[in-house]
Amino acid sequence: MPVERVAGVHTGRGSGADAEEEVRRGILVTTLEKAVNWARKQSMWPVTFGLACCAIEMMSAGAGNYDLARWGMEIFRASPRQSDLMIVAGRLSQKMAPVLRQVYDQMPEPKWVISMGVCASAGGMFTNYAVVQGVDTIVPVDVYVPGCPPRPEMLMYGILTLHEKVRTQGHLK
Amino acid sequence: MNPPELLEGLRRRFPDVQAARGEATVVVERSGLLEALAYLKDERDLSFDLLSDLTASDWPGRFPRYWLAYHLLSLEHRHRVRVKVGLAEDDATAPTVTGAYPTANWFEREVYDFYGVTFQGHPDLRRIIMPDDWEGYPLRKDYALGGVGTQYKGAFIPPVDERNA
Repeated sequence: MPVERVAGVHTGRGSGADAEEEVRRGILVTTLEKAVNWARKQSMWPVTFGLACCAIEMMSAGAGNYDLARWGMEIFRASPRQSDLMIVAGRLSQKMAPVLRQVYDQMPEPKWVISMGVCASAGGMFTNYAVVQGVDTIVPVDVYVPGCPPRPEMLMYGILTLHEKVRTQGHLK
Repeated sequence: MNPPELLEGLRRRFPDVQAARGEATVVVERSGLLEALAYLKDERDLSFDLLSDLTASDWPGRFPRYWLAYHLLSLEHRHRVRVKVGLAEDDATAPTVTGAYPTANWFEREVYDFYGVTFQGHPDLRRIIMPDDWEGYPLRKDYALGGVGTQYKGAFIPPVDERNA
């Protein structure tokens, strides 16, 4: 592509019929918000927070058969500082609650939380003193995935739902 | 020492020895607990040198309400015995046995954590499983089975079915 034609876009020339011509040249115009949200959605970095049997399904979702790599998020970071998504997979014990909150606090903004399985969402079968009755009492949750444990497809649906939320959120966080 | 001989040996020293399902149980008073354990540990034919478990049970409405159960093992003779001590509801405390059996340290913390039984002389008596600031003793029979709220750093969030009411 000749240099002077690209420079023409930067000078503000081009609207209406000219814009169509620019699309043909491979140039897209959008808002900063949409571009940033699209980029965030396309490359999420989950932090490893497997707590119980749900983590097995989560690992399965990340492995070859289900392959979260299709949505650019197959690598679960061992450090919360490199992550923007926490999948709470399993029952959260009372003693573990401060740890979960600390990991969440260490994640940089923007960040999202998926509560995977009924135990993480509401305590599930563990209606007793040992288990937190829903991780939304400790951290804000964006998407709840029901099931005991949810199959990888269900987790993937939850992830896609979260992607939709990230893509359409109206402001830069 | 095989089980019949063990029972015989125990009965020579202790008045209340019970045998059930091949297990020997010695019931002692709280005041005689340390002495009894010292005897069981030092007597050559018994030599119970390991406290393999210490737990408790709760019997509301009965006297005594709490029972401590010390499970002793002899590594030399490979026999076991259970020592039980009853504790009254308004006096749920016992002397620590950490001096004779170091394994009692965490066991006694566990019993304190779940039953609220205190151990006098324990070097570091604080909760071991539950969070440090937890209120209540979860394994007591009068503790709620379900519908337990979340206690988190001073905050309290009620159980699921009591929220948004």
